[in-house]
Amino acid sequence: MTTLSPPTKGSGVAVPRDPRPGEPNGGRRLLRAIRPGPSADAGGAALYRRWWLPWLWMSPAIIGVTVFGVYPFLNTLLLSFTDAKPLGGAASFVGLDNYTRMLGDSDFWLATRNSVLYALIVVPLMVLLPLTLAVLVEKNLPGIGFFRSAFYTPVLASSVVVGLSWQWLLSDQGLVNTWLQKAHIIREAIPFLSDSWLILICAMGLTLWKGLGWYMIFYLAALGNVAKELHEAASVDGAGAIRRFWHITMPGVRTSMMLVGTLTGIGSLRVFTEIYMLGGSTGGPGGADRTLPFYIRDVALDPLTGNAGYGSAVSVALFVLTLGLTLLAQRLTKEDES
Amino acid sequence: MTTAVTDPASAASEASEAAEAPPAKRRRLMPRWRDYGRPRELIVRYLLLLFVLGITIGPLVWQLLSSLKGVGEDVFGPNASLFPSDPTLRAYREVFAQVPVWTYIRNSVAVALLSITSQLVFSTLAGYMLSKPSWKGKKLVWVLLMASMMFPFESIMVSLFLSIRDLGLVDNVVGVWLPGFVAAINVLIMRAAFLAVPREIEDAAMLDGAGEWKRFRYLYLPSAWGAILVVTINTFISAWDDFLWPLIVLRTEDHFTLTLGLSRLQSSSFGYDQRIVMAGSVISVIPVLVLFVITQRWFYKGVSSGAVKL
Repeated sequence: MTTLSPPTKGSGVAVPRDPRPGEPNGGRRLLRAIRPGPSADAGGAALYRRWWLPWLWMSPAIIGVTVFGVYPFLNTLLLSFTDAKPLGGAASFVGLDNYTRMLGDSDFWLATRNSVLYALIVVPLMVLLPLTLAVLVEKNLPGIGFFRSAFYTPVLASSVVVGLSWQWLLSDQGLVNTWLQKAHIIREAIPFLSDSWLILICAMGLTLWKGLGWYMIFYLAALGNVAKELHEAASVDGAGAIRRFWHITMPGVRTSMMLVGTLTGIGSLRVFTEIYMLGGSTGGPGGADRTLPFYIRDVALDPLTGNAGYGSAVSVALFVLTLGLTLLAQRLTKEDES
Repeated sequence: MTTAVTDPASAASEASEAAEAPPAKRRRLMPRWRDYGRPRELIVRYLLLLFVLGITIGPLVWQLLSSLKGVGEDVFGPNASLFPSDPTLRAYREVFAQVPVWTYIRNSVAVALLSITSQLVFSTLAGYMLSKPSWKGKKLVWVLLMASMMFPFESIMVSLFLSIRDLGLVDNVVGVWLPGFVAAINVLIMRAAFLAVPREIEDAAMLDGAGEWKRFRYLYLPSAWGAILVVTINTFISAWDDFLWPLIVLRTEDHFTLTLGLSRLQSSSFGYDQRIVMAGSVISVIPVLVLFVITQRWFYKGVSSGAVKL
């Protein structure tokens, strides 16, 4: 089956001319696709005798991403113009009401501020700290495997578990306050878990702490590609560790840094559990620490007072913010490459 | 610090590693410390490593140690010590006695098993077809997969909840599992793995008359077991740790997953003994930790594959 004429492109249901003699219908069997030889593949289109066969194989995935990915998004757009309730009942079209309400809603702006602030603070730290950590564990020293695994463990524990742990560490009677008091650095306990700013900062710390190991491993793979010769040459020329880090390591892993920045930026806009665990189910005193996902859950899904329509409008805002950040990151990456 | 640097155990393990190296490279059984760099640099390195070690696993170790404390010992406050003076498993017995931990575990395991099964079956099938040369409509499917990854879960969860409600799956573990029964990212991971299978082998299999399904089942699947493991681990971790979605879907304690149950323990008005909540936390981490110890390499592989979005 090598001497096959180029496949006819765009001929609808493509029927390959099967050259094998003696096999009626080209040996058609259920669940068997006939593919032309490698030479025809180079031309582009492989020909499945049954055009729907790939679709059959892909159908669960297609249904999954459509019904639980694309459709919910379109539905969210639609819902944002209605006053749908989380527990059902008739919903009516309300035009742009949800959006005008959103623009005048100080709680919405507070949640947006918290989310944006989260991204602004967490992203640069999450780009740099794991990188320095990766440099620290890069060298093969005795016991380094243990350190790498240990640094990775916070990733393994669920956000709820580490949230509980931090909650106890930071409470008024917690370990941190006790130690600071014992060392006579402070007299009164620091209200880590009752001051809205401190809660937000502690939540950021929790996010960083939990993501450190993950991005460390991520960077370790990238560091392997930085040429060792450069480091050796630079250190022969008398460049210290810090200068080598700045001038050789950082440029070498630029693309990874860009990617980590994008991923953590999107991740920061999705923060929920950290705030829930440290600030309680209200999201800080009076909801002052609520992030956008937190706010969406509060306004949309409360069984009694929820308004899924309004919540959808806030969801659209969250999506726009995420999209904007992704586009910005893409643009920066492109500029960086050129 | 010097004790850590001259730790005989780690030196011995180094020696055994050196002994396993191919004979051509074996020059010295025991690498000397100065082979690793200048002493001062080494000491600074280990000090930094120990410092970060304290920060990263400190809180978790403290949680573990506190869960072993008896009633008589303070967990908090000025008199609390780090190590339990009289370690006891009382808190572990109590947490099973006072809290329906087994129910939580059962629900978490149910969600995890459902997710792993569906993700594996559907992402391998889809990834296989996507790794094949173009067929009619492949571009459309590709666009669909890409599009589905653009929406953060949090921005579609309201609509998802309404769907789950319409399906009558509120307060049901099936409702927790269903929206994530297949993920585009896992399809892409499987596709990348299948693309790496050499074409020559497949052509040989075709000449032998192996049909599409046979080639998939006996050639491609075994070749991609690494990616399968990565998908399994990623799915297990995200199902086991998920919090926001179960919090939205589940209502009654009988259906709570482990994370949900734990978070409720802390905030509930019962005011559970902290040692008990800590014991519960430790229990929830154990399965993940065991998996990590067994398949560590693949966890690390999963980190880089999560970023391969194309």
